[in-house]
Amino acid sequence: MSVLTKQKKPDSELDREQRYKMVTENVNIYYGDVHAVKDLSMRFPERSVTALIGPSGCGKTTYLRCLNRMHDMTQNARVEGRVLLDDADLYDGNVDPIYHRRKVGMVFQKPNPFPTMSIYDNVVAGVKLNGVRNRKILDEIVEDCLNMAYLWDEVRDILRKPAMELSGGQQQRLCIARALAIQPEVLLMDEPASALDPIATQKIEETINELKQDYCIIIVTHNMQQAMRCSDYTGFMYLGSLIEHGRTKQVFERPRDRLTAKYVEGQFG
Amino acid sequence: MFKSNVQRRLWMDKVMVGTVAACAMVAIVPLLWILATAVYSGLPALSWEFLTQEPGAVGAGLISIGPAIQGTIILIGLSTLLGTPVGIMGGIYLAEFGQGGWLAKQIRFFMDVFIQVPSIVLGIFAFLAVVLILGHFSVWAGGFALSLIMFPIVARATEEAIRMVPWTYREAGAALGLTKMIITLRIVLSQAKKGIITGVLLSVSRVGGETAPLIMTVVGSSVFFDDFDTPMDALPLRIWRFSLQPYDEARIAGWGAAFTLLLVIFAIHLGVRLFFMREHGGKGLRGVLQLGRRVK
Repeated sequence: MSVLTKQKKPDSELDREQRYKMVTENVNIYYGDVHAVKDLSMRFPERSVTALIGPSGCGKTTYLRCLNRMHDMTQNARVEGRVLLDDADLYDGNVDPIYHRRKVGMVFQKPNPFPTMSIYDNVVAGVKLNGVRNRKILDEIVEDCLNMAYLWDEVRDILRKPAMELSGGQQQRLCIARALAIQPEVLLMDEPASALDPIATQKIEETINELKQDYCIIIVTHNMQQAMRCSDYTGFMYLGSLIEHGRTKQVFERPRDRLTAKYVEGQFG
Repeated sequence: MFKSNVQRRLWMDKVMVGTVAACAMVAIVPLLWILATAVYSGLPALSWEFLTQEPGAVGAGLISIGPAIQGTIILIGLSTLLGTPVGIMGGIYLAEFGQGGWLAKQIRFFMDVFIQVPSIVLGIFAFLAVVLILGHFSVWAGGFALSLIMFPIVARATEEAIRMVPWTYREAGAALGLTKMIITLRIVLSQAKKGIITGVLLSVSRVGGETAPLIMTVVGSSVFFDDFDTPMDALPLRIWRFSLQPYDEARIAGWGAAFTLLLVIFAIHLGVRLFFMREHGGKGLRGVLQLGRRVK
């Protein structure tokens, strides 16, 4: 029994137990001539949280955005490789991205509730604008999703008020509720707490912990403590490449790569 | 040494603020002057008969602008109906779909040129395209000519207003699996509403005062409106006619008509803003007056 096989154990364990919700194979992303993400292959298990960490500009957000074809909205961005959601290729040319985006929800770095809508309308925006009009169903969705986002108790009496009247942290949880309302299977979060204070951050993290019972969550974060607190798996990226990927405990406590070790010890970043 | 430098900079700061404020004053003085003259000279002419009757012959003791007021309102309504849908949809295309493409660039250039074209040229075009073909002057021709002035203004205003909407809301919409059209109509447009309405109102003010295109199209009349296929009166036309007459009576009536035109435009602005912008920045008049404030 060599040291190598011992170290490999967590991964093989993971292979047996877990079903993968999302898989990317050899993803390359370019902005014009800039090669932002290099040959990235990663697998995301069901009902788990995977954190993507790495220094600024390492391609975390760029990679996250390719998981729901958000790059289609950016001029001169180009994605190569395969991104599989339950074995269906997101970049299959025949499929309109809107079908995948309904299965892959996204929460952005800065809270962005729709400013002209009320709290209620924000939550059901995705459902309503996709054609659901039944009042009873909408009411249920609003209560369920706000509950899941830990916001219901704070806003139950002011559902008709403009969303912009909420605090930053509440707005971000509202955005989470909005993303959940379309019943996605995967939830992407791009530094969801970076614009928030510690208390709001804690609430968001509680929300994430709760949500992982049902969802595959992929979260980009600058904050290593946050990755440690709320993720099961961690991927460390550097200069557009995936350096290390494994269980969070292992990546932080026994990193296999020298670069990862330096980063998690705070020697650069 | 450092201290004296600070004093010099503070002094420069004051000079700059003073200069800027003075320039703002210079810009606003003629505006207030015009307004004051219109009120001062126009107010004495106003009376119930003046505003509601048909104009009689000069010297008959009855000079009224009833049909002109009615005509201006009809023309503004008709040109808005013809011009704004095209303008708003054109603006949406330019901002959201055409963007930096070849076609959008050509359209944008064409619109900018169109905005600069002297209105009499558009009047002549309406004369050739509508009056000559239908064989007579008509309200339709006037509305058409004015809508030609309106639509590029509305289109460019719409484009600018839509561009001001932060990109992140489009992404948020896309992440919910919405189609581009839904995102544009239901999310982007509702945020751009204020800017679009301002653009429409600007163009309404512009066409409300146009005279040249009307000379070629609706000509003027001294009776109330009865058909879209016949000539009609309008306030700018009436003001112009009054100004050609060598009588004191006509001069005063002309000022009265000018003042009335200002009132009509002001009333339209206020009405539209009250109706469309209730929900922004407070209720009623207060909300309207806070209009200049940017939304967060």
